[in-house]
Amino acid sequence: MKKFEFTGKKVADAQFRAYGSSLEEAFANAALAMASIMYDYVKIKPAEEREIKIEGNDLQSLLYNFLEEILFLLDTENFLLHSVKEIKIKNNQLEAVLVGDTKIENYELFGQVKAVTYNEMKIEKEKDIYMVQVVVDI
Amino acid sequence: MKEKFKQISDYEWRIEKENGMRVPAIVFASKLLFDAIEEDALTQLRNVATLKGIQKHAIALPDIHSGYGFPIGGVAAFDIDEGVISPGGIGYDINCGVRLLVTDLKIEEFIKKRNQFLDEIFKNVPSGLGSKGRIRVTKEMLLDVLAKGAEWAVENGYGIKEDLTKTEEYGKMPKADPNAVSNRALQRGMPQLGSLGSGNHFLEIQKVDKVFDGEIAEKFGIDKSCVTVMIHCGSRGLGHQVASDYIKIMEQKFGWKHLPDRELVNAPINSDVGQTYYSAMSAAVNYAFANRQMIMHWTRESFYNVFGEVKVDLVYDVAHNVAKFEKHKIDGEIKKVCIHRKGATRSFGPGREELPEIYQETGQPVIIPGSMGTASYLLVGTKKAEEVSFGSTAHGAGRVMSRHAALKQFRGQQVYATLHNKDIEVKSASWKGLAEEAPQVYKDIDEVANVSHNVGIGKKVCRLVPLCVIKG
Repeated sequence: MKKFEFTGKKVADAQFRAYGSSLEEAFANAALAMASIMYDYVKIKPAEEREIKIEGNDLQSLLYNFLEEILFLLDTENFLLHSVKEIKIKNNQLEAVLVGDTKIENYELFGQVKAVTYNEMKIEKEKDIYMVQVVVDI
Repeated sequence: MKEKFKQISDYEWRIEKENGMRVPAIVFASKLLFDAIEEDALTQLRNVATLKGIQKHAIALPDIHSGYGFPIGGVAAFDIDEGVISPGGIGYDINCGVRLLVTDLKIEEFIKKRNQFLDEIFKNVPSGLGSKGRIRVTKEMLLDVLAKGAEWAVENGYGIKEDLTKTEEYGKMPKADPNAVSNRALQRGMPQLGSLGSGNHFLEIQKVDKVFDGEIAEKFGIDKSCVTVMIHCGSRGLGHQVASDYIKIMEQKFGWKHLPDRELVNAPINSDVGQTYYSAMSAAVNYAFANRQMIMHWTRESFYNVFGEVKVDLVYDVAHNVAKFEKHKIDGEIKKVCIHRKGATRSFGPGREELPEIYQETGQPVIIPGSMGTASYLLVGTKKAEEVSFGSTAHGAGRVMSRHAALKQFRGQQVYATLHNKDIEVKSASWKGLAEEAPQVYKDIDEVANVSHNVGIGKKVCRLVPLCVIKG
């Protein structure tokens, strides 16, 4: 199973689909998909951790708020994502530990994600695979 | 969707009211540009026409492309009592906009020290993803910036009073309320004040390669023998967060399930939420005005440091993503409406009260940046625009290829070499970032400007081409 893929459908923005064998894994892969627009997350050192707790009114807004938190941490603390661990989703609440680095000057940053959007957002389960689809404004 | 639009003149396509549309929708485009429009973008335009209180018609400009909720390159006007305001109709990058500067520095003098200048300005103007401003901004300072916009910048030594006259809204939205901006937005805005950002944002040193209207060009201060500067950026993370915050608040208060797209979420203009969003949006607009004013100041300093005394004057600063209360003629009557411009430039003709005295006779300067490394245009606003497009015209070239596809097709080094061979020097923090903005991924800016000119909603004054570029 692929972690994520870009549809290339939106010319001005970026649309991706992220997959997982659980909802948690699909959400975590969505975070990596978004990070991959801005930098090569594989190259980010797992130097620091941030524990996050996110709430939403529904699953879509939970996903939106989760991804937005990653943008927030980048703007305010220079936090670059390496991976997501210990992610739990229950009752439209999400807890996770973000692993990454704040030494932003050590990395090549190539693109910018301005914002997460609800445009054509989907969260689906087919057979045993969860899929989330997101368009981000870049 | 496309087949439902009927061509009614050389540059106008129209769909009449159907399926919940309250007004017709119009696309201004040439056949070439119309054929290239994505289906999605036209569906989004149609959806805008279903919103409550929309007036006359929903409009798409020649650079229309698919956005979220509203298309990019669109204009819509809403009745103040019956209508709505929607963050998706303005965009996440509130007051993403552009300013054009003219200098008295001769092109050949500039070329002699071009690379030295490029290094200097790259050092002085923070750019790229995660770029932080050069000054430490406290929360108190930021609240002041949000209330005063470019005026704050000038008061604090970034530029001169005259610059404010040559900025849309005089660089300060009157209804801005810093208290309507969340703490999270403030936190994102503090480190980034005075930075270009990334993506399609850029700072270019240009020269005039064609003059279409010599008289107006002269009135706008254009001297063909001297270099010009274009600065393209917005309200950074603060603006993005304001949009996102109010999308959430509007969803909770007014719901979204009745809408064809969640991103069309909105609030009645006269509701508390609608008013507060307008105040917060205005504060973000001010942040962007201050941002561009500071960047202009450092551009001036860079010229002084490399070339000595150089006169650097602002032509105009225009917003491309904004909502405004303006008076327009609707059904024969002059009426105040809430205009949403998302990827559109205000294009007021002569005599509008909003314009400063210097542009009362000519109409306002309209600045349309091309993509990095291609041409840009200076146009002049018209009365015709006020009649047909709520005083608006296009804002740029519009992408035709996604960034993902661009990365597959181009390499940054190759983009650099191509531009270098065309005698354009580029500096960017990232090769990949450069590849994503390859000139080929955009529509033909000449075609966009020609449509604007031929429809009469923005008349061509001159065409500008880059000498060097800082890619954000």
